[in-house]
Amino acid sequence: MTGIAARRFTGGQTEFDIEANTVRRMIIELDQRYPGLGHQIDEGMAIAIDGEIYQDAYLEPLRPDSEVVLIPKIGGG
Amino acid sequence: MSYLDKAALKVVGTRPIRPDGVDKVIGRASFGADMTMPGMLWGKVKRSPHAHARIVKIDTSKAAALPGVRAVVTAADFPNIANEEAFVGEGPMNFRDLSRNCMARDKALYDGHAVAAVAATSQAIADEALDLIEVEYQVLPHVIDVEAAMAPDAPLLHDDLFTQGVEPKPTKPSNVAKRITFTKGDIAKGFAEAEVVIERKYSTKPVHQAYIEPHACVVAVGADDQTTIWSSSQGQFMVRAYCAKLLGIDIANIRAMPAEIGGGFGGKTLVYLEPVAMALSKISGRPVKIVMNREEVFRGTGPTSGGTIEVKLGAKKSGRIVAAELVLKYQAGAFPGSPVGPGCMCAFAMYDLDNVHITGYDVVSNRPKVAAYRAPGAPISSFGVESCLDELARELNIDPLALREMNAARDGTKTAYGPTLVNVGYVQTVEAARNHPNYKIPLGPNQGRGVASGFWFNIGGESSAAVHINEDGTASVIEGNPDIGGSRASMAMMAAEVLGIPYDRVRAIVADTGSIGYTFLTGGSRVTFATGMAVTQAAEKVVVELKSRAAAIWDISPEAVEWKDGKAFPAGSNAGSFEPLSLADIAVKSGRTGGPISAEVSINAQGAGPGFATHICDVEVDPETGHVKVLRYTAVQDVGRAIHPSYVEGQIQGGVTQGVGWALNEEYIYDKDGRLENPGFLDYRIPVASDMPMIDAVMVEVPNPRHPFGARGVGEVPIVPPMAAVANAIADAVGARMRDLPMSPPKLRATLDEREPPRLAAE
Repeated sequence: MTGIAARRFTGGQTEFDIEANTVRRMIIELDQRYPGLGHQIDEGMAIAIDGEIYQDAYLEPLRPDSEVVLIPKIGGG
Repeated sequence: MSYLDKAALKVVGTRPIRPDGVDKVIGRASFGADMTMPGMLWGKVKRSPHAHARIVKIDTSKAAALPGVRAVVTAADFPNIANEEAFVGEGPMNFRDLSRNCMARDKALYDGHAVAAVAATSQAIADEALDLIEVEYQVLPHVIDVEAAMAPDAPLLHDDLFTQGVEPKPTKPSNVAKRITFTKGDIAKGFAEAEVVIERKYSTKPVHQAYIEPHACVVAVGADDQTTIWSSSQGQFMVRAYCAKLLGIDIANIRAMPAEIGGGFGGKTLVYLEPVAMALSKISGRPVKIVMNREEVFRGTGPTSGGTIEVKLGAKKSGRIVAAELVLKYQAGAFPGSPVGPGCMCAFAMYDLDNVHITGYDVVSNRPKVAAYRAPGAPISSFGVESCLDELARELNIDPLALREMNAARDGTKTAYGPTLVNVGYVQTVEAARNHPNYKIPLGPNQGRGVASGFWFNIGGESSAAVHINEDGTASVIEGNPDIGGSRASMAMMAAEVLGIPYDRVRAIVADTGSIGYTFLTGGSRVTFATGMAVTQAAEKVVVELKSRAAAIWDISPEAVEWKDGKAFPAGSNAGSFEPLSLADIAVKSGRTGGPISAEVSINAQGAGPGFATHICDVEVDPETGHVKVLRYTAVQDVGRAIHPSYVEGQIQGGVTQGVGWALNEEYIYDKDGRLENPGFLDYRIPVASDMPMIDAVMVEVPNPRHPFGARGVGEVPIVPPMAAVANAIADAVGARMRDLPMSPPKLRATLDEREPPRLAAE
């Protein structure tokens, strides 16, 4: 997870082990640990799962060993 | 279903004529300014002549009293929007800022900021009314330059702006809206291991997207608030959402109609005029049309950021980069929201680096609020990084493409911004560039060759599409994305391929917000990927239905029907013996087999594969004048799979041309009072056809497995490498390293003079 969100919600921690089989479950778990982080992810972040970037994808499945990276949401021109 | 077997494709990969081409060539296409309505009024916007001023008082009474004037609005006629951020356009948007950008409230924050507007029965009366609006300003100190805006004593634009991303939380407001960092590995350890360190500072100027069509709209608000908007934008659903929010009405009360769009490049992913025309129409009860002139486009709409780029690279003598550090300071314009985030993330994405530290600053100053522009943020950081990489290659005496190949990101490379890359084709672009004949052409005196690479993420997102089978066996494709780069043709091609019918039997139209499901705007290089996926799925649903209808005609099970080359066949001898039924045969009997045949699909497309490019630029420098002529330009890009190769090449050539303009000439010039001095194409020089050689677009196809045809976005990454490619070519030609854009003749001449002072006349 990138800097600003980490500092605002997690006290600086940037890496977590989460038990979740979908993106939605992962966000819920993170929000329970760090209240407000779920909203931050919803509104401003994209999620890279094993290298592929997903935006607003609650239903996307996660494998037990998935690498999930929270990055700023991406637009374009 | 997948269609990745290129040899099996009949339509995708060919080069048919675009369906909107004839209308656009003969002038029949209807752009934003072409719309008229009975009883329509003309709207005009009054703009601040000051870069920074408190609005003490606005007296509109004389303007309102002028015969023919039907409405006058100021910020007081718009809801005072709370500080609320959402992702509606091409990036996070603060609705309060957007509202205040459309109409200044309390303060004018840049030369050209809208402060009032009128609607009148003629343009002349509207112009006269603008002059009668009396605005009392308290002129405030202003700041234009990004580093000046970061100084502790800089004039503050916003009293309530506190820098995010720093600890402890600041107690004093600042023009620095945000500080972001990305870290990988141990940067100090990396530099300690380096045998060569290069540290340089570069800068770029804000540049405008320079779309040929100025912003234009017609808005009609009914007595019951039912509103229709006709406008040129990159997304009718974006226009609808922003206008609903800024005027405080329900989305269902707005129908947004997409006009043809004469260029956008990211600059039409937000609204300027539509909310103003809406307010004027609501007051007057008449439709209101507003069309910007070119000066208003330059003064009142967003360019992309200018910025500074501080790069430090540490490498082994072999060329292996062991440490990379970057500091980016981006101008956001009058409100926070520069693309410094993607600038940070894209800067080193081409390379497999163990130790990286990136810091980015989002900085407000008294300029128009920036808007998206092709690969927002990436060209700026890449200019610095790719120039510095060239300087490193020269220091190490290594071929610049060999240096890039040695450090290239590949599948499995973990990027500095986090994700691990998969299905990427960067190294293939470098190899293709090294092997291209243009990389080996001998150069003459004052000629030089430069290379540079670039990266852009590409995005997917929400898209809807419908496919209708017409009674004669033709098909209609309905999409919700304004067609900027030939997407109607691409959508029709994908539908034709799935249906198994010729391209000219399919017509695609761009529908209004009431006629197709929600579709995110045209931008981020997403349309061929995401909306193409929706079109493909809709066509596949139609094929399932066609097989079912054929089964009904034959009175057999649908499972016993197969679809091939646009016809239904019995699937084997057990299914029975029937003559094939063409799509037209089935369509004409659709009324008897269940009614019209159509399907609409709404998806949130994921898995847009990233795009990489490597460019080769040859230039010739005139040492006497400092003029740079681009001799040849070769742009190699991983395009996934080209649906319509000509339009992919067009995207590449267009992006390169804009990048060359950014490199050589384009800049905003302000006077000492913060007024823009060059708001027109005579003084803001974009490249014209005679400035450019034929651009060789070389398509490398590494299919994206997440798209049924393997497509990747292609429209953004072509603008990322050109600035550095040109700068590196100039350095190769005359040994002058240009680190400050634009590399215009006076600046290049001055740099040459620094190296070799001009002889005095007396000598």
